[in-house]
Amino acid sequence: MNKEQRLKKRHNAEKRFKLYGLTSILLAIFFVIFLLNAIFSKGSGAFLKTTIDVEVNFDADTLELSESPPLEDLENTDYYELAIDSILKVKKVNGLTEEKLLINLFSPDYEYEIRNFLLDNPKALNQTTVLKLTASDDFDQLHKGNYPRELPEERRRINNFQLNLYDELVNEGKVNKIFNSYLFTKGDSRNPELAGIGGALVGSFFTIVITLLLSFPIAIAASVYLEEFAPKNKITDFIEININNLAAVPSIVFGLLGLGILLGTFHLPRSTPLVAGITLALMTLPRIIIPCRASLKAVPPSIREGALAIGASKVQSVTHHVLPLAIPGTLSGTIIGLAQALGETAPLILIGMVAFVVDIPSIPTDPSASLPVQVYLWSEQAERGFVEKTSATIMVLLSFLITLNFIAVYLRQKFERKW
Amino acid sequence: MKNNKIKIKSSNLNVHYGEKQALFDVDLDIYDKEVTALIGPSGCGKSTFIRCINRMNDVIDICKVEGSITIDDEEIIDKNLDVVGLREKIGMVFQKPNPFPKSIYDNISYGPTIHGLAENKTDMDEIVENSLKKAALWNEVKDRLNEAGTGLSGGQQQRLCIARAISVNPQVILMDEPCSALDPIATAKIEELIDELKKSYTIVIVTHSMSQAVRVSQRTGFFHLGKIIEVDTTEKIFKNPGNKMTQDYITGRFG
Repeated sequence: MNKEQRLKKRHNAEKRFKLYGLTSILLAIFFVIFLLNAIFSKGSGAFLKTTIDVEVNFDADTLELSESPPLEDLENTDYYELAIDSILKVKKVNGLTEEKLLINLFSPDYEYEIRNFLLDNPKALNQTTVLKLTASDDFDQLHKGNYPRELPEERRRINNFQLNLYDELVNEGKVNKIFNSYLFTKGDSRNPELAGIGGALVGSFFTIVITLLLSFPIAIAASVYLEEFAPKNKITDFIEININNLAAVPSIVFGLLGLGILLGTFHLPRSTPLVAGITLALMTLPRIIIPCRASLKAVPPSIREGALAIGASKVQSVTHHVLPLAIPGTLSGTIIGLAQALGETAPLILIGMVAFVVDIPSIPTDPSASLPVQVYLWSEQAERGFVEKTSATIMVLLSFLITLNFIAVYLRQKFERKW
Repeated sequence: MKNNKIKIKSSNLNVHYGEKQALFDVDLDIYDKEVTALIGPSGCGKSTFIRCINRMNDVIDICKVEGSITIDDEEIIDKNLDVVGLREKIGMVFQKPNPFPKSIYDNISYGPTIHGLAENKTDMDEIVENSLKKAALWNEVKDRLNEAGTGLSGGQQQRLCIARAISVNPQVILMDEPCSALDPIATAKIEELIDELKKSYTIVIVTHSMSQAVRVSQRTGFFHLGKIIEVDTTEKIFKNPGNKMTQDYITGRFG
C-alpha cells in the first residue's frame, strides 16, 4: 500500500466515523420526536373539555330560598331538582328512560356546577343564565372525535337516541369545547371528565420542597466536610465508596426503606408528601453529594492557599472563598437531583401514594397523590378520558423537568468560571 | 551592607512527605530586612523549606515537619501555635498569581477584614491604597478598584498578590518563584518592587533564575537533594563559591 492509498483510507475512515455519529444523533432525534408526538397527540385533548349549554332559571321559589338569602342558605339548599329540570328543558324527551338518557349526556357533577355558579354569582338569583355544563366522558370523547360512533349500537355505550340528541345539540351550537380548568384545579375522580391533577401538583410540590429542605443542606455539609476537612484515610475512602454505591441503588429500595422505617417504625402517616419527601431526600442525597463534591474539587487549590497564606482559618477559606465559587455547580447538581426525584415513581408506590385521593392536600401530612404516580394510576384505567389525561399529566411533568434542567444549565453557564 | 540581626533561624529541620524525606537537617539563618534567595534544581526542597516558615505544609496530610524554626527567637514548629497569627506575620506570594475571583479592592481588603485591622471604611480605603502603592500597582488600577482582580495581566495579578500579602503588614514575605509565570518586563517590575520592599520587610525568594538571585538578593542559599549545600552572601556565592557543587550549578553544568 503506497502513501496515497493510505491517506485515502484514513480519510474514508474519518468520513465513516463522522457518519456513524451523525446517524446516531438523527436516530436519537427521531425517537425524541416520536415520543413527544405520541404524548402530545394523545394528551393535548385533555386541556379542553366538552360542555353543553343549559339554560338555568335560578328561581328563588324552586330553590326554596328567600329573596335575598344569606350565603349559608345558598350553600345548603338542594340544587338537584333545579338541575334536573334545567337539563330536561334542553331537549324535549318523553318518558323516564329517555329522560335518563338525556341526563346521562352530562357529567354527574351538574348539580355542583350549578351550585358553584350561584355561589360565585349570588346576583344571578331569580335570573335565567346559560351555563356551560360539563359533558360526560363518553360525549366528551365523542365530541373530540375519539369515540367509535360507527360501531353497531349494541356495542356502544351511547345508544342511537343519545347520538341523535347529541347531533341535534351540535347543530344548535350548544356543544362547545372550552379550556379544561378542572385538569389543574381538581383532584382525582372516578369520572375522567372530573379528574384533575390539582392534588398531584400540590402533593408533588410539597414532596419536592421537603426533599430540597432535607437534602440540600445535608448534601452541602457532607460534601464540604468530605472535600475540605476529612482526613484522607480508610474511613473517608469507605464513606466515599458507599456514597457512590448509594447513588446507584435502585429507587425502589429506598421505597422499601421508607415503608419499613418511616411508616413501620416511626408510624408517620401513610400516603403523605412528608414521607415521600423524606424517602426521596434519602434517595437524592448521594446524587447531590457527588456533583457538589465535584464542584468543590473544581475550585483550584491556589485559591485555598491564597486565603490560608493571608491568615484565613480553614473554615474561613471554605466559607469565604471555596463555597461561594462552588455554589453554582452545587445548585445545578441539586436541581438535577430534584428533577430526578420529581419524576420518581417506584418509592412513592411503596409508601402508599397510590391511594385514591380525591382531596387536594393542604398540609404535607395530608394524604396526597403525586404527578408520576398519577400517571401510573391513570394509565391503568380503561376509559378513554383517562388515556388523554395520562398523556396530559406526562406533558405537565415533562414541562417541569425541562424547566428545572434549563435552570440548571443556565446556572452552570452563567456562573461558570475559568481560572 | 552587613546586617547581623537574624530574623528566621532554622535548625535541624527535617521534612518527610510520607516515606520520602524532602529536607535533611537544614540549618539556615535569614537576616532581617534583607532578600535571601534560595536556589537549587527542581525538587531540591527550596519550596518545601519556605512553606515550613508559614506552616503552609500543614495542609498536606502526609507532610511531617521535625526540628526547629524560630522567628525572632519564637519557635513556630509547634502543634499548639496559632497558624492564623503566624500567617498574618508572614505573607506569601505563590508561583502562579492567585488573586481571588473578586474585585481588586476585595482582594486587598480581605486580609485586613479577617484580622480586624480596619476600624471603618476610611481606614480600609487607606490600607488598600497604601498596599497597592507599595506594590507599585496603584497608578494602574486606582480607577478600577471594583473590577475583577482576575481580569488584570499576569504581572499585575502577581503585584496584586504582593499587595494582598503586605496588606496585613507582615514582617516577612515569602516568594515562591514569583516570576516564573511572567514575561521579562513584568519580571523586571517585580524585581524593582522587591528591591523597594526589602526596606520594610524580610524577604525570602525561591528562584530558578541565577541572574534574578544576583539582581535582587543579598544572601543566597543553595539547596541540593534536600540539603543546604552552601549559604553565604550573594556576592560570595556567585563570585567565589566555596563548594564545587554550587560552582557547577551556578555555571549551568547541572540542574
